[in-house]
Amino acid sequence: MAGEGVKLLGYWASPFALRVRSALKLKGIEYEYQEEDLGNKSPLLLQGNPVYKKVPVLLHKGKSISESLVILEYIDEVWKHNPLLPEDPYERARSRFWAKFVDEKCVPALVGVITKVGEELEKSAREAREHLKTLESGLDGKRCFGGTKIGFADVAIAWIAYWVRMEQEAFKIQLIDQQNMPLLAAWIDYVLEDPVMKEFMPPYDKLVKHTRDLREKLTAVVSN
Amino acid sequence: MAKEDVLLLDFWVSPFCSRVKIALAEKGVAYQQRGEDIFGGKSELLLKSNPIYQKVPVLLHDGKPMCESTNIVHYIDETWPSPPLLPASAYDRARARFWADFIDKKLFDAGGNIWKTKGEDQAAAKKELIQILKYLEGGLGDKDYFGGDSFGFVDIIAIPLTTWFFAYEKFGNFNVEEECPKFAAWTKRCLGRESVAKTLPDPQQVLEFVSMMRKMHGIE
Repeated sequence: MAGEGVKLLGYWASPFALRVRSALKLKGIEYEYQEEDLGNKSPLLLQGNPVYKKVPVLLHKGKSISESLVILEYIDEVWKHNPLLPEDPYERARSRFWAKFVDEKCVPALVGVITKVGEELEKSAREAREHLKTLESGLDGKRCFGGTKIGFADVAIAWIAYWVRMEQEAFKIQLIDQQNMPLLAAWIDYVLEDPVMKEFMPPYDKLVKHTRDLREKLTAVVSN
Repeated sequence: MAKEDVLLLDFWVSPFCSRVKIALAEKGVAYQQRGEDIFGGKSELLLKSNPIYQKVPVLLHDGKPMCESTNIVHYIDETWPSPPLLPASAYDRARARFWADFIDKKLFDAGGNIWKTKGEDQAAAKKELIQILKYLEGGLGDKDYFGGDSFGFVDIIAIPLTTWFFAYEKFGNFNVEEECPKFAAWTKRCLGRESVAKTLPDPQQVLEFVSMMRKMHGIE
């Protein structure tokens, strides 16, 4: 499907950019992808997102849209086929709620696992486990957040499947397991098998190394 | 619509509850309201309806609970489409959602940092709040409201937070109108609207509430 000049500014390791790439793929929208060097951001990025100066930024018909969840809603409204959000307003509210919950609760805890040491790290891991358990309740016994097929909340949350596995391996901690969170573990398997969802997940080993390097850098700063 | 179908769990000083009340008023939706005793003991209905955050506002429509005020305002707009709160075009709607998200991430916490701190920390918090308001002035541009000619989504998300500004000004020793006259003008314009004027608490009462909170936090 012709994208009428759609361009995405992203970063390979950004889960937020991943969301947008998955959404564009689900809708079959053609677009130009520009990989940003976060240490040397392009003028297009700085102009496109002057408030936060962050990826992802979607450029369409000469306009820029930032904040990944805002971009997902935009994509869903402009390209109405294969809808991401359900039709019913209450279900839409639920989808938006879970997408936001992940950003507000899971992200800080998962970031804490990367950036903290010792007791603080234990605390972050505990919080991450708690929030993941809460997230499981959002599935409401279904296969995915969208019900029978992948929807808005799944696209918003899918990266967690990948990142949690990665952090468990990289830092040898337990965040999720079959016994404690069987439904969420099943969802993770489902999502990681989905051809669209997994297409843009960053190369696993590269991400593990990137995260370990980031941790070394940040925890060295802390202890100095 | 029967009044019993829509129930709001409320706390009088919460700007987040005010958002929901203003949105319902704009849509002409009749509803029941139940005040929660936030400090004394939250109701079972609140704890059951919002087990994750245990906060107000909670909107129950035909018994189905919703929380998170921006989410609720979105729901209200989609359930009762007239008059629309979000603009018509997808791009303008994206801008509205962006500003609503920005306000949610930044404004209330920045204000909180002003009344909760002193000295250098407070000075930094003041600077941050003013920067946030300047960004919002940029979003407003030359328009009367964030959405253009009509009062809408972003205005509803933002205006209740301004009832706390009097308290920030008193404790932070500054004046929003002097620093951000365009924002102050927009505030006055919104306060002239019936749904807003009837809903928002008196800033003097908000100041008294914040004073009490300061004492509770041991800040003098």
